[in-house]
Amino acid sequence: MIMCLGIPGKIIEIEKNVAKVDVGGVSRDISLDLCPDVSVGEYVLIHTGFAIQKVDEEEAKETLDLLKQMAKAI
Amino acid sequence: MKFIDEFRDKEIAEGLIQRIKKTSTRPVQLMEVCGTHTVAIFRYGIKGLLPEHITLLAGPGCPVCVTPNADIDLAIALSRQKDTVIVTFGDMMKVPGSTSSLQKEKADGRDIRIIYSSLDALKIAKENSGKTVVFLAIGFETTSPTIAVAILRAKDEKLRNLFFLDSQKRVPPALVALLQSKQLKIDGFILPGHVSTILGTKPYRFISEDFGRPAVVTGFEPLDILQGVWMLLKQIEDNRAAVEIQYRRVVHEEGNPTALSKIYEVFEDGEGHWRGLGLIPNSGYRFKDSYKEMDVRNFDVDVEPPKEHPECLCGEVLQGIKSPLECRLFKKVCQPENPIGPCMVSIEGTCHTYFKYQ
Repeated sequence: MIMCLGIPGKIIEIEKNVAKVDVGGVSRDISLDLCPDVSVGEYVLIHTGFAIQKVDEEEAKETLDLLKQMAKAI
Repeated sequence: MKFIDEFRDKEIAEGLIQRIKKTSTRPVQLMEVCGTHTVAIFRYGIKGLLPEHITLLAGPGCPVCVTPNADIDLAIALSRQKDTVIVTFGDMMKVPGSTSSLQKEKADGRDIRIIYSSLDALKIAKENSGKTVVFLAIGFETTSPTIAVAILRAKDEKLRNLFFLDSQKRVPPALVALLQSKQLKIDGFILPGHVSTILGTKPYRFISEDFGRPAVVTGFEPLDILQGVWMLLKQIEDNRAAVEIQYRRVVHEEGNPTALSKIYEVFEDGEGHWRGLGLIPNSGYRFKDSYKEMDVRNFDVDVEPPKEHPECLCGEVLQGIKSPLECRLFKKVCQPENPIGPCMVSIEGTCHTYFKYQ
């Protein structure tokens, strides 16, 4: 394993503080102890079986838009 | 959006590289603190895409690599105790201690088990109630809250046979040590994205406020890294120093307060022993009084005096003052299958990355 690896996964089910997530087509259970305020359909960053942060889709889009503009403006 | 492929777009990357070339006018040394960044930089060939006067230095951000021999020797000594199970993340198995490794001990019949999550340690402890179970707790701030959750649950569930060998490290104090080093000149930091998911940016402010250097919290895909490098270069060219966030989709200024509260429910800051960097104040943790009974360092165990291979440069590599290519052991004697030092063991280790991609 890579110690600080975090991978995004989509929440497909939540039961108490455990979520079933889809990571590239593979489903696995993760703990929501560190990231309790999430909903089905949202993406979270997963590290060693825990969600450690919600992935903000709006921020991701803004970053990509900015990068596209930067690349075009050369 | 999958948050991965979108950040590997070739056309945008080419545009960013052009922009970097246009922006950068002077020689600079940037340090990527995190080993996961080093892996990504080599995997995507990012060094070769940047102007030659931009140097990227690999830093100490590999928890396996910075774990001192004394802690590995303690884990080995514990594994030799009667009715004891050692649980560890997989990377630690091959790390050479002074005279053995957990892998060798396992081959000799010791009960050493690899886990994926800290919660697996609880399960193993419950299934082995007649045995002492010791979790080799290593990691930076990304992993520490998950270890804290395991400790909190063990306490809550009154698990009396689970103990922790705490060798966790805090990243910001190590950056102070690097900035104070007389052997190293760092013009800016590519800060670790996932550590910062937990920490936020406040604990890094000293980099710009006290040392006048820029720092950018950066993600791990190629576009993230290129943008992070460009943001650092922009600050340097504008004669500015600030802590900025490139990896905005998962890093916020306040970090993850829930995760931080778990860490500090169990631990308080304490000294940390780093391979290469030595003893750094407040760069580790110590158990708070209410959780001290789970600290395996209270055990009375005979541990051999630590010794390291005299020619291994892992300590210098971790500080960014030597490259693996300067080590006489690199590739000749020290290889992933026969590692002499931990930097060749871990997938995040600089020597391992150089071996694989250079």
